[in-house]
Amino acid sequence: MILRAFLITAICLFSFSGFTSANDSESLADQDSANELKVFSDPDMRQRYYGLIAELRCPKCQNQNLADSDAPIATDLRNELYLLINDNYSDADILEFMESRYGEFVLYSPPVNSVTAVLWIIPAGLVLIGFSIVAFIVLRNQESDESNNV
Amino acid sequence: MRLGPLLTLGQWLFLLVAFICLSYSFLTDDFSVKLVAMHSNSALPWYFKMSAVWGNHEGSLLLWVLILASWTLAVGYASQSLPIDMRARVLSVLGMISIGFLLFIIFTSNPFERLLLNPVADGNDLNPLLQDFGLIIHPPMLYIGYVGFSVAFAFAIAALMTGNLDAAWARWSRPWTNIAWAFLTIGIALGSWWAYYELGWGGWWFWDPVENASFMPWLAGTALIHSLAATEKRGVFRSWTVLLAILAFSLSLLGTFLVRSGILVSVHAFASDPTRGLFILAFLVLVIGGSLLLYAIKAPAIRSDAKFGLLSRETFLLVNNILLAIALSVVLLGTLFPLASSALNLGSYSVGPPYFNAMFVPLSLPMIALMGIAPYISWKRSNKISAAIPKWLTAAFVALLLAGLGTFSLSNQYQQDFSWIAFTTLTVSIWLIASTALHMLSKAKHQQGLLTGFKRLSVSYWAMVIAHTGIAVAAIGIGLTSVYEQQKDVRMLLGDDISVSGYRYQLTAINTFEGPNFSGTRGDITVFDGDTVITVLQPEKRFYYAARNVMTEAAIDPSLTRDLYVALGEELGEGAWAVRVHVKPFVRCIWLGALMMAFGGFLAVTDKRYRSKGTLNA
Amino acid sequence: MPKPSRIKLFIPLLVFILLALVFLQLENRMISGDYDPSMLPSALIGKPLPEFNLTTLDNPNSVITSLELNNKAALLNVWATWCVSCRVEHAYLNTLAEKGITIFGLNYKDDQQKANQWLARLGNPYQLNLFDVNGKLGLNMGVYGAPETYVLDANGIVRYRHVGVVDEKVWQSRILPLGLNW
Repeated sequence: MILRAFLITAICLFSFSGFTSANDSESLADQDSANELKVFSDPDMRQRYYGLIAELRCPKCQNQNLADSDAPIATDLRNELYLLINDNYSDADILEFMESRYGEFVLYSPPVNSVTAVLWIIPAGLVLIGFSIVAFIVLRNQESDESNNV
Repeated sequence: MRLGPLLTLGQWLFLLVAFICLSYSFLTDDFSVKLVAMHSNSALPWYFKMSAVWGNHEGSLLLWVLILASWTLAVGYASQSLPIDMRARVLSVLGMISIGFLLFIIFTSNPFERLLLNPVADGNDLNPLLQDFGLIIHPPMLYIGYVGFSVAFAFAIAALMTGNLDAAWARWSRPWTNIAWAFLTIGIALGSWWAYYELGWGGWWFWDPVENASFMPWLAGTALIHSLAATEKRGVFRSWTVLLAILAFSLSLLGTFLVRSGILVSVHAFASDPTRGLFILAFLVLVIGGSLLLYAIKAPAIRSDAKFGLLSRETFLLVNNILLAIALSVVLLGTLFPLASSALNLGSYSVGPPYFNAMFVPLSLPMIALMGIAPYISWKRSNKISAAIPKWLTAAFVALLLAGLGTFSLSNQYQQDFSWIAFTTLTVSIWLIASTALHMLSKAKHQQGLLTGFKRLSVSYWAMVIAHTGIAVAAIGIGLTSVYEQQKDVRMLLGDDISVSGYRYQLTAINTFEGPNFSGTRGDITVFDGDTVITVLQPEKRFYYAARNVMTEAAIDPSLTRDLYVALGEELGEGAWAVRVHVKPFVRCIWLGALMMAFGGFLAVTDKRYRSKGTLNA
Repeated sequence: MPKPSRIKLFIPLLVFILLALVFLQLENRMISGDYDPSMLPSALIGKPLPEFNLTTLDNPNSVITSLELNNKAALLNVWATWCVSCRVEHAYLNTLAEKGITIFGLNYKDDQQKANQWLARLGNPYQLNLFDVNGKLGLNMGVYGAPETYVLDANGIVRYRHVGVVDEKVWQSRILPLGLNW
């Protein structure tokens, strides 16, 4: 059985070499003639930008995030976020910036306060209840089993 | 009671006539019918005119009710083995639901309203977003699924009414439920795929309230098909199964309410008004409230007594159902929380993908892991797992190794740090596949060779293997695409190029052209791998005349290991265009996995057990 | 007294009833016009306007950094020539101005010349018009579409924001009841 496992994985190892791209992405990028619409000096900033615009809601649209919306306000906000990130605002600063202007509505990851606490308390409670139900039913069946086996 | 099936035929025929009439109005551009004037146009291609029939609130309700009549007809004629009074009860429950919807249609949502006093020369056209192949099949598939749960619901109500729930009841309910579940799986997968290629930004699931409204019945349905298995095999979880049957259909109805009541903001929601919402709400209170009340009162009569040990398949199914129920509750909570906090004046909140993903992933990964163990555990009491342990260890070893290799390789290819999320998802999913495969291999051992052994495996076992593997495949797709997808938004002039994930994209042409009801601009983006041309992608920007709306048509080069996705943004002046380029690794696996799940669901119904003629032996 | 195990069977029904009540509340409030799911409450309620430094619409040399309220409440109306509803709203704003209500304008992401011509043609109810050509002040205020109207009390605190056209009905049912000193 174990030997078979080794054989299988050896075969897969060879096929995986097909996944690795032969191209070196970085040297290719040097030859690009097109520029990104929003240029970041640092790939971390770029990643944070894309993360934030996915996490923030367009104030006007029908349930879309800033990344996917074509509305003028979404375009303005994306530009603003670009400036803020380049101004070294942290993620928390930016979320606070948006919240103080548009309210908690624009945060797809809801803030934690006494009202929203229920969003985390209830799932935790359900997990506990779930465990208890399973434990209860299984133990109840065990007991009856034992009493039957006397 | 004997008239029952005949009456279902009558209902179905009349509704079919109504549906044909409405379709005829659309196909012949009869703009004196208000619906046609609002949602169609003479320049619309005929196949979209047909789908425009259900591309609006009133028409889609007519489709809903026709599908309900079809399911009722099927139950009426395919239930020869059911005792006649049981069949009568089931048909009458289905009939009552039908009446509720028909009243709703007749009084608030008449699709045949006319514009005789103010005729229009031509219509408003179908919303360009809906002018797509996806609209032709996604709603019907979804509705067949949603509505199909009404059959399990009707069986559950019948059982509660008589206080009679035995293995035969479960055996009758299972095929109907499996088929409904399979259709719902296809419907949801189609919706996800359609959003992916149609909306232009490569997203395939947004945890939008309307999307959740279809996902919740699916979760309940998944729990239901497993619970039914336990009830049929061992007579356990009877009241739990009945509750799930009620829940699955109730969630379908809840979805219908949410989408048409106007209380939600969503690009998927129908434009509807609050008075209609109140009508549906009243219907909901009657049906859901009534059935839950019946459950509360009558459930003790059907409670089961069968016992099972700690290490038994019953326990595993119980844990599986609890996990699904928790997942379902979390989705329900996240979807309804913004509504509740607005209603109670506690503030205006949004609950979106960050929350749902954070909750759902920790719930689903353990479920997938447990699915790998469950087939080895026998019913009632499992004493022989010592034989299973080496197989589990082997599967775990293979999973860890392949997941590690895969993650390293992908992280290298997509220029990212090693991702623990990808590694964990791959490990758990490959474990499930390996573990299931090893179980199948050991089960298929036969003196006359493996092939004979395979042929002797039951159809329902194959169905389980395929469906569970489908979940693993979908999980791999979801995990990998979420972690490794790459995106660049660039400004391109003719001849410019950009590289993403090792592929080079060059804008080689921009042309304008005329469509049947729009004018478009098409870009030619040639994709190179090194010096070889892989494909020429042709994204479009379309301006629809009647709706005066601009739409983006993305261009995709599909493959199981990666999708190359390009969409045109806006024209930036001086001949430059904003272009969005995506590389989405393994995204197709998501829908492949869903298709496998649905196939498993359909396959299970063809098992010999369901094809016996005459009354079932006890 | 029903056994505890029987009571737990009623839990699904109870949860459903609670949900139905929430839905009922929402539907009723929608019918009465009180609730619109696409409407955002303003984050500025109870706060003063953000700081700004803008020229006026008619005079590019005149720089304004605050609004003079003279101890009276005022309206700050966000408008633009590209906004179709603003034209509908304009006539009513003129009548309000004639009654002596102080109205300030925020010309939002607009063309200066077109805006001035518009006012010359349709009448100018504004005491003063801030020219926010890049929408920066609008963004800081949480404006997401024109027309919007902010109601300021005599101390310059924002008391209410209306999204959409302000007409007699809105004035009577939403703005007057605030009990401000006009």
